[in-house]
Amino acid sequence: MKRTPLFAVHQKLGGKLIEFGGWEMPVQYTSITDEHLAVRSAAGMFDISHMGEIAVKGQAALAFLNHTLTNDAWKLEIGTGQYTLLCNETGGVIDDLYLYRLAEADYLLIVNASRIETDFAWLVKQRSAFPDKSGFELQNKSDDMAAIALQGPSAALFIHHLFSGHSQAGTAVTAATDLRKNQIARWPFQFEGREVPVWLARTGYTGEDGFEIVCPAAGVEAIWNKLLDVGRPHGLKPAGLGARDTLRTEVCYPLYGHELDEHTTPLEAGLGFFVSLDKGDFIGRKVLAEQKANGTPKKLVAFKMSGKSAPPRPDYPILSAASAARPIGKVTSGTQSPSLATGIGLGYVSIDFAKPGTPIQIEIRGKSAPAVVVQKPIYRKPA
Amino acid sequence: MANVPSDLKYAQSHEWVRVAGDTGTIGISDHAQHELTDVVFVELPEVGRKVKAGESCAVVESVKTASDIYSPVSGEVIETNKAVVDNPALVNTEPYSSGWFFKVRLSNPSEINSLLSPDAYAKQISGG
Repeated sequence: MKRTPLFAVHQKLGGKLIEFGGWEMPVQYTSITDEHLAVRSAAGMFDISHMGEIAVKGQAALAFLNHTLTNDAWKLEIGTGQYTLLCNETGGVIDDLYLYRLAEADYLLIVNASRIETDFAWLVKQRSAFPDKSGFELQNKSDDMAAIALQGPSAALFIHHLFSGHSQAGTAVTAATDLRKNQIARWPFQFEGREVPVWLARTGYTGEDGFEIVCPAAGVEAIWNKLLDVGRPHGLKPAGLGARDTLRTEVCYPLYGHELDEHTTPLEAGLGFFVSLDKGDFIGRKVLAEQKANGTPKKLVAFKMSGKSAPPRPDYPILSAASAARPIGKVTSGTQSPSLATGIGLGYVSIDFAKPGTPIQIEIRGKSAPAVVVQKPIYRKPA
Repeated sequence: MANVPSDLKYAQSHEWVRVAGDTGTIGISDHAQHELTDVVFVELPEVGRKVKAGESCAVVESVKTASDIYSPVSGEVIETNKAVVDNPALVNTEPYSSGWFFKVRLSNPSEINSLLSPDAYAKQISGG
């Protein structure tokens, strides 16, 4: 199993380690509920160094990215990012990722840990068929880069202790907290008499305000330790993949391998907003345009358990309501919601059952439990 | 260090049993609740069900996963703990007292002898 540069730190902090996508990662340090609630009320920090970084640079980079990704990369200004999808010819999702434009012709893709090799091989293959293949370079920098997600309403209160003053690249700001959602900028970080360049993005996977920090692997331990020092007085806790999963499920963000795979399209997953059909041709466009025009037979829905029941789990059957119960779909993600103290989940159902308010049932160990399709996100921050 | 009371017998799968006369009371160990963390749901067998030693007959759910609970002894389920169904967190806070799961009228009391002693169980969970 692979380990991130923060592995020893997790051990020292008492993190409980599990396998995730080929990586040995902390699932929790104290408890998933504690860490989850810390992110909702104060702040939590996650090691996301297992995620992959692929650099695409050169004058033809933009045209290539628009040809391979679903969202409209023409729109990206320097120092901004967008959620986007890498699809195959039939519109199936190879990966979901974040695309950042760091400089004029310098792009960075942050991809799922379990998909790094697949994504890179796919991009290399597409380059070989691309007209201007010598107009850009592709580089898998995943082994040299590390990343931390700092998430929660308190994150903006102490980030300046690490990144102060003017940004050096990306979006020009005079303070890290001036970054707006989806903006990214670079600051120098000093440690042990050295300096490393660190990219800071106002993004996340929890539904809270926060930052994602991407840096050379060599600097990540110093950044982690300093963040924890300055953040603890503000309620910051280290948080594991368990809380990362419950947080993203509450706000209905998809997880590759659960809601997304090569046989599922972004439109079925409710991600049509990130598919730009009017930007010109791209891989998968034909199928996606057809689905957009004609609809899809299944759709990803969010649901909440209606009464006291065991939490729903991935692969549990979804049935129609009690009177004429028959299978209509399958749960893809399910958990007890720490914020709502009830069972919640995501799953694919036949289109006739996708409307919020539709009563459904979840089959849990042979017994049916009532649930209801709800509007996404399942959890909304109290105003 | 996990608490391993000396008056109980243990299964390798982390259940404990307290024997009084022909009745065995069953729950899960402090070590098990610590590993599970945040118990959010407990499903217990029906009263009257006959269970065999090693048979899966209850489920404990944490935020992350569902885990089967195996009866360490054979017999008929004579009582279940409603308090732990209403308040599953009792498994975390009082695993050996109010967090018990169910009681069995033992059909084969000699099975107790093949369960782990507190020392042997403590050794197992310390990896020794």
